[in-house]
Order: sequence, then C-alpha cells, then structure tokens
Amino acid sequence: MPDPILAIRDLTVEFDTEDGVVHAVTDVGFDLHPGEILGVVGESGSGKSVSMLAILGLIPKPPGRIVDGQALFRGEDLLKLPENRLQKIRGEAIAMVFQDPLSSLNPVLTIGEQVSEAIRAHDPDSSAAAAQKRTVDLLALVGVPAAERRYHQYPHEFSGGMRQRAMIAMAIANDPTVLVADEPTTALDVTIQAQLIEVLKAARRETQAAIVLITHDLGLIAELADHVVVMYAGRIVEVGDVFSIFDSPRHPYTAGLLASLARLDAGTEVLEPIPGQPPSLITPPPGCAFHPRCALSRGRVTCRTEVPRLRALGTDGEHRSACHFAEELVALDPNVEPAT
Amino acid sequence: MSTVSSTHGDELLRVEGLIKHFPVKAGLFRHTVAQVKAVDGIDLAVRDRETLGVVGESGSGKTTLGRTIMRLLEPTAGRILFDGRDITRLSRRELRPVRRDLQIVFQDPYASLNPRMTVREIVAEPLRIHHLYRHGGKRRVEELLLTVGLSPEHANRFPHEFSGGQRQRIGVARALALAPRLIVLDEPVSALDVSIQAQVVNLLDRLQDELGLTYIFIAHDLSVVRHVSDRVAVMYLGKVVEVGTRGQVYETPMHPYTQALLSAVPIESPQHRGKRVRIVLEGDVPSPTDPPSGCRFRTRCWKAQEICAQEEPAPVPRAGGSHPVACHFAEALSPLALRQDVAPSAPGDSAPPTTRV
Repeated sequence: MPDPILAIRDLTVEFDTEDGVVHAVTDVGFDLHPGEILGVVGESGSGKSVSMLAILGLIPKPPGRIVDGQALFRGEDLLKLPENRLQKIRGEAIAMVFQDPLSSLNPVLTIGEQVSEAIRAHDPDSSAAAAQKRTVDLLALVGVPAAERRYHQYPHEFSGGMRQRAMIAMAIANDPTVLVADEPTTALDVTIQAQLIEVLKAARRETQAAIVLITHDLGLIAELADHVVVMYAGRIVEVGDVFSIFDSPRHPYTAGLLASLARLDAGTEVLEPIPGQPPSLITPPPGCAFHPRCALSRGRVTCRTEVPRLRALGTDGEHRSACHFAEELVALDPNVEPAT
Repeated sequence: MSTVSSTHGDELLRVEGLIKHFPVKAGLFRHTVAQVKAVDGIDLAVRDRETLGVVGESGSGKTTLGRTIMRLLEPTAGRILFDGRDITRLSRRELRPVRRDLQIVFQDPYASLNPRMTVREIVAEPLRIHHLYRHGGKRRVEELLLTVGLSPEHANRFPHEFSGGQRQRIGVARALALAPRLIVLDEPVSALDVSIQAQVVNLLDRLQDELGLTYIFIAHDLSVVRHVSDRVAVMYLGKVVEVGTRGQVYETPMHPYTQALLSAVPIESPQHRGKRVRIVLEGDVPSPTDPPSGCRFRTRCWKAQEICAQEEPAPVPRAGGSHPVACHFAEALSPLALRQDVAPSAPGDSAPPTTRV
C-alpha cells in the first residue's frame, strides 16, 4: 500500500464546559491513502467531526484543547503549524464541505464571487477574467444549470442542493489532495442527495482527491467508502475495508448498529436495538465505553477495567477492532463457516 | 376509556378532498399575495389498528396533512371523518371528546416538551385538561411511564435530564395518557441516533399490539416507513401520488416519483455495489405556491408528455396494478431489485435517467 497522505496519531481533544471536561476525542489514529474514500461513521457525540475539525485548526480554543497527537500531512504536523500556514493548506491542499451550506456561504456576495475569490486567494496571479471562467466551468461540473447566469446570483437564490453544489465547486477549485466532507448530504432530501452523490463522484474524478466522508448514514458509507473508521464515545472502535465492516463486523457496537437498522431492501420484521444510551463524555464508563450496552460483555471484569486497544485481527492487519473479545463475534457471524 | 366500536380492518379515519392552503401576506396592508398549497386535495382512508405510512420529501405537505387531520390546523376545504363522524367543522368544545381518541407525537423531542414542567406534569396535562387526573391520575402517570419503558422515579425530573430517546418516550407517554385510538406520529424517530431509533420503533410496535392503536406514521425515512407500515401513501407537492400496501409501494411501485425516491436511497450493502440502478431526478421540487399545471411531478419526470401538463392524473388503479397511482403513464418497476446488468435504455423517450450504484 502506498504511503498515507494524511496520518493521524494519538489525537486527543477535550473541551472545557461548566459541567466538566468533555473527552470529545481520545487516542484517535488512522491513515488516509491517496485517492481513497475513507468513511468515518458514528452517532452524534462520537467525535467523528471534532477529530477532523481539530486537525484543521477549526475548533475554538478555548474551550477546546488538543491534548495530544499528530496529524502528518506531506511530512508536516498540522497540529504544530502556525495559523497562517494552516490557513494556506486549508482550502488549497485540504478542502472542506460541511453539512449546512447556507451558514458556510457569505450572504452578501454572489455565488460566483465566492468561488472566484477561493481561486484567487490561493492563486493571486490568476486574472479576474480567468477566475470567473474557471468558476463557471466548476459550477457546470457540479451540475449547476445555466452556470453563467447563476454565477451572478446570491446564496438565498439557490436551493439547498444547489448551495451544496456551489460549496463543492469551491472546495475543488484549487485541486485539493484531500477533501473533507462532513455530513455533506444530511440536510438534503433523498432525491437531491442522490444528485449530490453523483457530484461528489464527479469531483473525485476531476481532482483525484482522497475524501474523508464523515457521516452517520451507513448507507452512504456502504455505497461510497473504500475504508471505514467506526467511532464511539470519542474513540475508534473498528477500522477495516468497507466489505469487512459491513459483512463481518468485529466490534459489538458496529454489529449492533447494523442489526438495529431498518433496511429499505428487506422487510425486517424485528429490529434489534442497542440497549441503553450513549455514555456521557464527561464521565465515560471505565474500561470500554461501550460495555454497559454491550451484548458480549455481560458483566465481564476486563470490559469495565481495561480500555481495549485497537488491535489487528487476522494476518493482513487491515481489519482492527477495539474489543477484548472481538474473536467471539466470529462465532456469531453467519458469513463464517464454523471450524470443524 | 373510549368504547371501541370498530374492529380490526374497519375504516377509522377518512379524509376526503382535504385542502390546506396558507396565505402568503406582503406589503403594508398585509394583503394576501399568494397561497402555499401545502395540502391540495387528498383522499385517504386509515383502517382500525393499521399503520399508514406517509412518506415524502420536504415541502410534500406530509406534516401539514398530519396536523390538519388532528385539527391543529383549520382545513381550507374537504372533510375529515373519524369513526364515521365528520369532525371537519367541530368547534373547539365539540372537538374535546374527539381529542381523547386522536393524539399526536411530534418530531423534535427537544422542542415539544415544556422545559419548566416535570415529566409528571407533562404526562398528566392531558388528564387534567380532561378532568381525569383527580381520580387515580398519579398512578396513571406512573403506569404510563412504565408502559413506555421509563420508571416512575423519572416523574419528578425535568426534560433536560433525559436523552433524546427518553424524551421521545415521554412524548409517547403523553400521547397515550387519554388512551387514544389513533396517533399521528410526525417524524417520531428522525431526530434520534440510529441505535436509539430502533428502541423507539420497537416501543411503538409493541404499544400498537398491546393497546390496539392505529398509527399515521409520517416520515421522510423510507426504510423506517417500510418497517412500520401496513400501507403507505407517497406524497409530492401536496398530493398523494401513490398509495398501496407496503409490498405494492416498495416492491412494485408504479409512480415514477416513488420509483425514483426508492432508487435514491443508499443501501447498507457494499456487496451489492454496481448491481443497483438509481434514477437520478433532475432539478428541485417546485414551489408549492405555484405548482406545475396538470401533474405536479411532470417537471422532473422522464415520462412527461403533453397530457401531463394539461390533465391532472387521478389517483386510480392503473393497468398492471391494483392500487391507486396518480400517473398517466404508470408502469410497475422494481427499483430495489438487483441487476446483473443495467437494462439498456429502450429506444424512445421514456427511459429514466439512471446511474449504476
């Protein structure tokens, strides 16, 4: 496998609140390889967004605090870069698309001006005319109809889906090597989401960028991701290629999440929810944060005393799980023939 | 407790030609300059103890439909019959006994519970309004909390002390307080995390069985609706475009919009990549203040012909099917079926704009 383009190691992020310290991200590490789509999946509060925001210097400090970690991008640690250097990398080599395009766009500038500005900010030699032409091309690429006319429109004249297209155009304007897409389709209706999925695929073809796709939508991950990072309570609980994660999950949380889904393609008669509630991040349960809800733990002492390390399963080292008893899931896996 | 006069399968609620328009006012004198046609002529029937799923995207009018049925909004025109009785024009007073039978659970468990009231006060409120709290109300509240999977000790706490899933349980307990027969569930799980959604869906399932409830389950999540519904109505721009059993709507939908909607949902099976066909619709949903003439879906439909602009298709059974479909060119298709190869577009003008996923 080629060297990772982005390597995150031991990332720990905390927030000070009135109620105490929120342990938003703890010991998170993963690699992003060139051109891949890495899905980061988790429920609200799992730390999936905060970890990416933190390495891009986008969490407010205070109350946020990066306690530990590294984020190596082209050999440089993003966490150690001064703000002006980081700002240059953001929006150029690493671009972002967020869930809510309306709050990410400036309401008093036209869509075209904003995309052009993104181009010229990172390429000051580019003439206004050249930037405008490239902007129109980009808007057309992401499927904004009548791009030349809509160049002159303001964000409020765009629908939600069109705004998100404009955001993607802006994100890919400088040929990023990494595109971070944080719930890019969550606020959109499903038929618009389908359009946006095609736009993301087109953006990837155009730029060859590696994409970090942060979402709670397992369907989106199943459809787009090459590799998957599953997060729970601020930690990574499982990593693997998309097929392993969905077909043979090796963490009880991942397995539970998949079993709890109502599926469109099957008339599931009974859903199997994960019991209980996600834990507090101020006072997370000792040991494995998932143990109070876990079907495997059943009161075992190890689960409530030792924090499980993310460890490799199998020989290739690609599929990793942070469960003391991950091997026991093999026996419950209908896709695995029992050894005789 | 109301007397149950109908049996399983009888019609409990009927909606005829229901219309709800909202005036758009502008200018110094607040003149009405336009009408948002949120619900624009809907006929539906809900049978006793069934779940009717109502799906649609934003602006389809599904939430307005639910609230108008509840008489939380005044219908502009049409009729609402509950258990054979016309409740469309009942006064607030006359409506009060009907409200015991007809309850609603709202989407946002954070906004729909008064933060200054304890759980006991919230759940007891409908009992007090109906003068039922004095006699055994306290015990009834505790019983209701147990019914929805909370404990009686929770009664003295405030909503902010609960998680989203628990708050939704409180909302359900409140809706159950008067032992209703029909509950409108308006996006009851969409604000919740996936692992919690299943808990609430299972709770609603169990309560339906145990208490003989009828549900109108309004949601944009097609997967959850498939799981919970006996029958499903698909809405687009204030109209029901297709209504049928769960099997009819999900396995052999006949309206192009239903087909596109189902094909658009990403499915949690990476092993099926490349084996599904997605219909990617062009454009956005038009404004409900000025919907297209004839068929409202025609501006995004690959089958649209001249007749679609001139004549509004009636929701009637169409050739090849037995459930009502409002399309001049209805045709069964299985958008969720896996294909080895994408069928080549037939020569002619009616091939959907597909992509392989």
